[in-house]
Amino acid sequence: MNTFWIRVQQMDRRILYIVLALGVLVPILARWKMDIHPSPEVKKAYDFIEAQPEGSTFLISIDYDAASMPEVQPMLHAILRHIFRKNDRVLMIAHWPLGVPLGQLALEEEARRAGKVYGKDYAFLGFRPGLAAVIVNMGKDFRSAFSEDYKGTPLDSLPVARGIRNYDQIAAVIGLEAGSVGDAWVQYAQARYGVHVILGSTAVVAPDYYPYLQANQIVALIGGLKGAADYERLVGYVGTASTGMTTQSVVHLLLIGFILLGNLAYALGRRQS
Amino acid sequence: MMVEMFWTTVAALLTLAIFSFLYEDNPFYKIAEHIYVGSSAAFMFIYVLYFDLWPKLWTPFFSKLFHGNLSGITSSQWWLIIPTILSVMMLTRLLGHVAPQAMWISRWPIAFTVGVGSGLGITGTLQGILVPQINATFLPLWTSSILHTFNNWIIVFGTLTTLAYFYFSVEHKGVLGGMARAGIVFIMVGFGASFGYTVMARVSLLIGRVYFLVHNWLHLV
Repeated sequence: MNTFWIRVQQMDRRILYIVLALGVLVPILARWKMDIHPSPEVKKAYDFIEAQPEGSTFLISIDYDAASMPEVQPMLHAILRHIFRKNDRVLMIAHWPLGVPLGQLALEEEARRAGKVYGKDYAFLGFRPGLAAVIVNMGKDFRSAFSEDYKGTPLDSLPVARGIRNYDQIAAVIGLEAGSVGDAWVQYAQARYGVHVILGSTAVVAPDYYPYLQANQIVALIGGLKGAADYERLVGYVGTASTGMTTQSVVHLLLIGFILLGNLAYALGRRQS
Repeated sequence: MMVEMFWTTVAALLTLAIFSFLYEDNPFYKIAEHIYVGSSAAFMFIYVLYFDLWPKLWTPFFSKLFHGNLSGITSSQWWLIIPTILSVMMLTRLLGHVAPQAMWISRWPIAFTVGVGSGLGITGTLQGILVPQINATFLPLWTSSILHTFNNWIIVFGTLTTLAYFYFSVEHKGVLGGMARAGIVFIMVGFGASFGYTVMARVSLLIGRVYFLVHNWLHLV
């Protein structure tokens, strides 16, 4: 066999890491840009939020942590920017304790940018363990799950939450997912109480949520960095997701090249032996 | 400003320490790994304490109890005694080295948790997954749109053949064998899509960290 193909088969994996690192670094440093065309499943989320009357309340659930931050955090920023621009209101909760500071950071940053007031336009209710029980309880009586915000202020003292009794007063639950909490939102909130659910997820779990979209159990699905970039495009700004998509495309091309090269070397080697 | 720069540098150095594993296992990687595991566990403990035990158990019940304010405890708050006792019973699992004969006490709260989980899980799965998903496969196989018709055929045919593959009560021969083989194709397409999405997710994480290094830390972009 040609020595080139032998070298390909025996290549040190660390060379591939260096090529990948360059594939990530060069587009970021050179600030390459590409057009982003929002996918229909993301556009549904935008259109749904856009169609709600001004002053609607959205419940955002932070179900991810720092390990999924590059994908999901840009989604959260874009969604919050959209909701605040429409003068809608936000209640934020967390099912993942390690996601609490991430949700709080984004909420405060976007609220500050939009000039929104804590308690009147938005509130952060914090983390509660119990997942399914918490979701079911919120449908029966919101205060049985969250009677106060994360600072200990009773919900009835916060204008944004005063009228919230259960999911009937929530325009949509927006679950930002890195695991299986999205299933619980569909099973316990949507199926039992009929609340509209929008899921934003890491790319790893997005395929698990497509059946819910096909069955109209969720309104829309924002999947991975691409979904986040789509939402940024719809809201009308270039954020970290849009910046990352160019790099993503370059790395995908490199990976396709590696797979083709590896398989070709393997096939040629097998034919000769 | 200086404080922010300091912590950004700490985060950047920890990121580089984790990346160093790509070359080979080394002490820097181990340090970063242990810091991550330790701080995550501590963080989780604090949040459960602060967001759950304190507002849901201590403030409404034990605080009043210890201050002798029994009239301030409502009838619904007295029920909190039961989960408290179950929690203490669960802690007997920690007595493995000291008093292993007491560990069986933890089976009661575990049984309670399993019971609640099963109850919620069974109804949730039936109501939220099985029935709606079966319902979503009842699709018209002839529509005015060719594309729509084609999609519906794929969904119906894919569901039936995949189910046929997982039907093991009869040997996969004849019609069932053919359907099972077609089912494998759909399963493989599903795996391929999942794998593609997984690659995309991992690359996104790499991009996120590299962007953090060159943007937040080095200010190159």
